[in-house]
Amino acid sequence: MTDLSVVSTTRRPTFDVEAIRRDFPILSQQVNGKPLVYLDNGASAQKPEAVLDAMDRYYREMHANVHRGAHTLGDRATVAFEGSRETVRNFLNAESTREIIWTRGTTEAINLVANGLAPRLKAGDEILVSHMEHHANIVPWQMIAERTGAKVVPIQITPDGELDLESFTSLLNEKTRILAITHVSNVLGTVNPVAALIEQAKALGIITLVDGAQAVPHYQPDVRALGCDFYAFSSHKLFGPTGIGVLYGKAQLLEEMPPYQGGGEMIERVSFERTTWNTLPYKFEAGTPAIAEAVGLGAAIDYLQGLDRQAMETAESALLERANQLVETVPGMEIIGTAKRKVPVMSFKIAGLHPSDIGTLLDQQGIAIRTGHHCAMPLMDFYGVPGTARASFAFYNTLDEVEALFTALQKVQRLFA
Amino acid sequence: MTATKDDFLNNPLGKNTTLEDVLDGFELLDDWEERYAYIIDLGKQLPAFPDEARIEENYVHGCQSQVWLIHHYDDASGRLYLLIDSDAMIVRGLAAIILVALNGKPPRDLLATDIDELFERLDLFRHISPTRGNGLRAMVGKIRDIAAAELADAAD
Repeated sequence: MTDLSVVSTTRRPTFDVEAIRRDFPILSQQVNGKPLVYLDNGASAQKPEAVLDAMDRYYREMHANVHRGAHTLGDRATVAFEGSRETVRNFLNAESTREIIWTRGTTEAINLVANGLAPRLKAGDEILVSHMEHHANIVPWQMIAERTGAKVVPIQITPDGELDLESFTSLLNEKTRILAITHVSNVLGTVNPVAALIEQAKALGIITLVDGAQAVPHYQPDVRALGCDFYAFSSHKLFGPTGIGVLYGKAQLLEEMPPYQGGGEMIERVSFERTTWNTLPYKFEAGTPAIAEAVGLGAAIDYLQGLDRQAMETAESALLERANQLVETVPGMEIIGTAKRKVPVMSFKIAGLHPSDIGTLLDQQGIAIRTGHHCAMPLMDFYGVPGTARASFAFYNTLDEVEALFTALQKVQRLFA
Repeated sequence: MTATKDDFLNNPLGKNTTLEDVLDGFELLDDWEERYAYIIDLGKQLPAFPDEARIEENYVHGCQSQVWLIHHYDDASGRLYLLIDSDAMIVRGLAAIILVALNGKPPRDLLATDIDELFERLDLFRHISPTRGNGLRAMVGKIRDIAAAELADAAD
């Protein structure tokens, strides 16, 4: 079983990165007098013209509230909105659009699930996460643990930044109720063998959630092949707009879960005696949704599906490989996270330099990276660092940009020497 | 080691290295590299910071890096002395610039100093990210709070 199956539909015969860059208007600008080199894709990715156009067109031609059905604009908006849900369903290979819930992002998706599963938990139950999780996949579980008396237990990792599979197996027990694990580490770039973990967990009747925020920009997940109960991701990391994300959940579990927020749209009938819930997916979508953003996300996925995904992956691997080769050209530079299977994410430190110093001086040279704890403080503690500098690449980055990063790092290193 | 009165009074920033020195120094800088090299050098003038003062009450929140700040009010002279430390070198340099402007002043004079105007004059904000700018403001805010408290104490 593969944990990251890639469906590829070919439009461009080869991967022409210069042509692709022209699809992203923001990339062709100067920052601090230098050509922008955007290497903070792990925090948020840039948007292709297709997404900007789709959202612009939506507001110019079809905006109205959805699911009200009284007039033409409302129908157009609903068709576009629900069309995007179908695009997401297809992207994830989910069985039904009933299983695709719009959220504000990965964080809200995980909070929704944690809240929905809380009634199943009792004192002593265990929720398994890993030591490399983003706070968004730790804190919501801690909050329901607090409420229910359950316990959040971290799976250990190895110094390379891989999941310690022995630790995982040894932690599984009859008290384990939930496995919530990241598909790809936002700090280390590690691709976790989630399919295998899910298989083991399922055998014990454990509910599984995969945080896919960092995986979807690089791979197309197949939720049915993965076998997970929940899969969450954010649009803005997938080249779509901010403010919207997706929770995939198995219909049966979603049916059993209580609603997350109350309000309009999520109800079937309201009276002061008794209120009943709407059907899936609307039961979890209280209030007017982010309609234009849903349309934008649909456009982002359509855009990605038009690329040669296989070639894209190869190009991304080449970026990481080149970066790894160049590490030795910067005295004192050390990579944090050297797992065998990685997406193009490079966390690093340079001896004697604070990550924020590195970030500031790269920015002066037009290079955008992320510095800090990356919302993964337990992982920072594991490596004994206050934070890291992180360059995260996307398919629109070039080998020249990788080299520009290292030329700039050499300059930073000299400045502090 | 605990910080003694002398540690505060001997801080060269604001004493041996003056605001005029820094303003003159900046005049000569052409590009970002020289500017940052100068800021980093200024940071090297921060005196040693006592380890046991690295406690929550001395921590400056709102910075990307760790920043610590302690003070000593000298009753004899009526002047306020400061020590700052950070684990990031650029932040140390920016702290040094704050100190040449504010260290060793009577609280009333300190509160009358327009630090924003100084940063504008040094063209620092344009070269500093908003996040970093917030850290700077957090540092200055904490110093001003201390000065205001000392002023209120003195008035009692």
